[in-house]
Amino acid sequence: MAKFILNGKPVAVDVDGDTPLLWVIRDELNMTGTKFGCGIGTCGACTVHVGGRATRSCTTPLSAVEGAEITTIEGLSEQGTHPVQVAWQKHQVPQCGYCQSGQIMQAAALLKDIPNPSDDDIDAVMSGNLCRCMTYVRIREAVREAANTMSMQGGKDEQTA
Amino acid sequence: MKRGLYSVLIAAVVVLVGFGVYAWHPTIAPITPPAKDQFSADMIAKGKVLAAAGYCSTCHTAPGGKPFAGNYEMHSDFGTIYSSNITPDQATGIGNWSEEAFIRAMRTGVSRDGSHLLPAFPFEHFNKMTDDDIKAVYAYIMSSVEPVQQTKKENGIPFPLNIRFLQAGWKMLFADTSDFQPNSDKSAEWNRGAYLAEGIAHCGACHTPRNALGGEKRDQMYSGAAIDGWIAPSLTASSTSPLKWREQDFFEYLSTGNSPFHGSAGGPMAPVVHDGLAALSKDDIKAIATYFADKAGNVSEDPAQSPALAKAVAAQQLPDLRTHEGARLYAASCQSCHYSKQQLVKGRPLLALGSAVHLDDPTNLINVILDGFRANQGIQGVVMPAFRDALSDKDITAIAAYLREAAGEQPWPNLEQRVGEIRSQPRFEQ
Repeated sequence: MAKFILNGKPVAVDVDGDTPLLWVIRDELNMTGTKFGCGIGTCGACTVHVGGRATRSCTTPLSAVEGAEITTIEGLSEQGTHPVQVAWQKHQVPQCGYCQSGQIMQAAALLKDIPNPSDDDIDAVMSGNLCRCMTYVRIREAVREAANTMSMQGGKDEQTA
Repeated sequence: MKRGLYSVLIAAVVVLVGFGVYAWHPTIAPITPPAKDQFSADMIAKGKVLAAAGYCSTCHTAPGGKPFAGNYEMHSDFGTIYSSNITPDQATGIGNWSEEAFIRAMRTGVSRDGSHLLPAFPFEHFNKMTDDDIKAVYAYIMSSVEPVQQTKKENGIPFPLNIRFLQAGWKMLFADTSDFQPNSDKSAEWNRGAYLAEGIAHCGACHTPRNALGGEKRDQMYSGAAIDGWIAPSLTASSTSPLKWREQDFFEYLSTGNSPFHGSAGGPMAPVVHDGLAALSKDDIKAIATYFADKAGNVSEDPAQSPALAKAVAAQQLPDLRTHEGARLYAASCQSCHYSKQQLVKGRPLLALGSAVHLDDPTNLINVILDGFRANQGIQGVVMPAFRDALSDKDITAIAAYLREAAGEQPWPNLEQRVGEIRSQPRFEQ
């Protein structure tokens, strides 16, 4: 029985410890905002936060997150008002949308560590998140906008979990 | 001619008898388990801290097993060894051991029945402890550890190494039987650190290289060694880390499981920090840091101002991804976390600084790529994904070779073959 905190609530699941966290989140806990892309940790669609850090859930075994605090796109903010989410809507970033929850989770983690990222910083941290619709230009704009919003808010992080 | 032969024979008999006398230890009579209330609360509390700081339960607990009940599997160069049950169970544990028998085992590696214990049990280090501290560990185990009936598995040590009597020869040749010697030239803090590190924490058991028969090479104390499928890096000035370890780096690493300038506590070092030293007071951890800072040459240069840091930050500039496979894989799989500005963020490890990249042996880096970090390793509550089932040996080789190159080091020889070997070695579990 593995136990961890998901979006602020304690959860316990009874599946094999080698099961990827992604399957636990989607199939056992029915949170389907996190997506399955490549399954080998090289596309970023499955990005969640573990201990506040962006983490690929498809290559993270359940046994690794015992006791950890996990945030998915569903828990990033209660009303969908995290500055990154707001900027995403404003710039109409998604096209097909499949990779976007991973992009948003990665961007939120980026801005926590590097509040005023240069374009090089954005490229370096976001280049592991692939978008087959090629929305990269809008992603970068939205990240810059979110950075501005957050610095005006005094770097306040609205993440609830 | 005949007289010469007799002399040789007599000499041989004398040596044999002498060895027998040296090697033979009496059985210490079993006792009825001591009443729990015979130990003071202070003694028990102290013993609990010391038992944690000695990671007793790490090696004396099988994965998923009951604490202290033994059968933790260790892979030595001499075969597989299973740890003993040290719960106070009378039949299969140490429930009928007297305090005297416990002290003898801790100091000389001799079991209650007089047989020799294998040196996987670091009695050489525990021998540096005071009687009072050993008695405290005894008090804690006898009063507070749940007795578990579990028979120890047979070791997989081949003949003749499995003859316990011969362990006495090993002890005669290699064991450090001296008491802890305080160094009056050093501070009280240093001496406290030395007492803990050389004694209960037995740091040298992993970080000091061993000779072909497994004896610690005391003239190369803490200069690094291979252990449990990992490399315990050098803690001395011979460290290959580009930024030298200062006292505050040791302290941060030993209190949090990570130093942003060096790396994270993985593999067998993770429980040392989080299940072990975490029980010690801040002052004690600081004392250990003082001791190791001295061993590492008392460096004081601020790493934040160091050219090595600037170089490592600059090394993040990727080569042409169209032609450089290692860098391409790195950009996709690693860089979202392993990227940092000059101002380092704990949790964004700069790999060009990482100890694992600068060691002469790729083992630690490959282990981490294969199995990542669990939430209870390295920085608590944070994980690194495991690429064992995601990336091929060829992919991992390309990433590791790229990191090595970016860090300005010579390529590791036969890297792809090594990745395959490291992948198939037993995984470190606890």
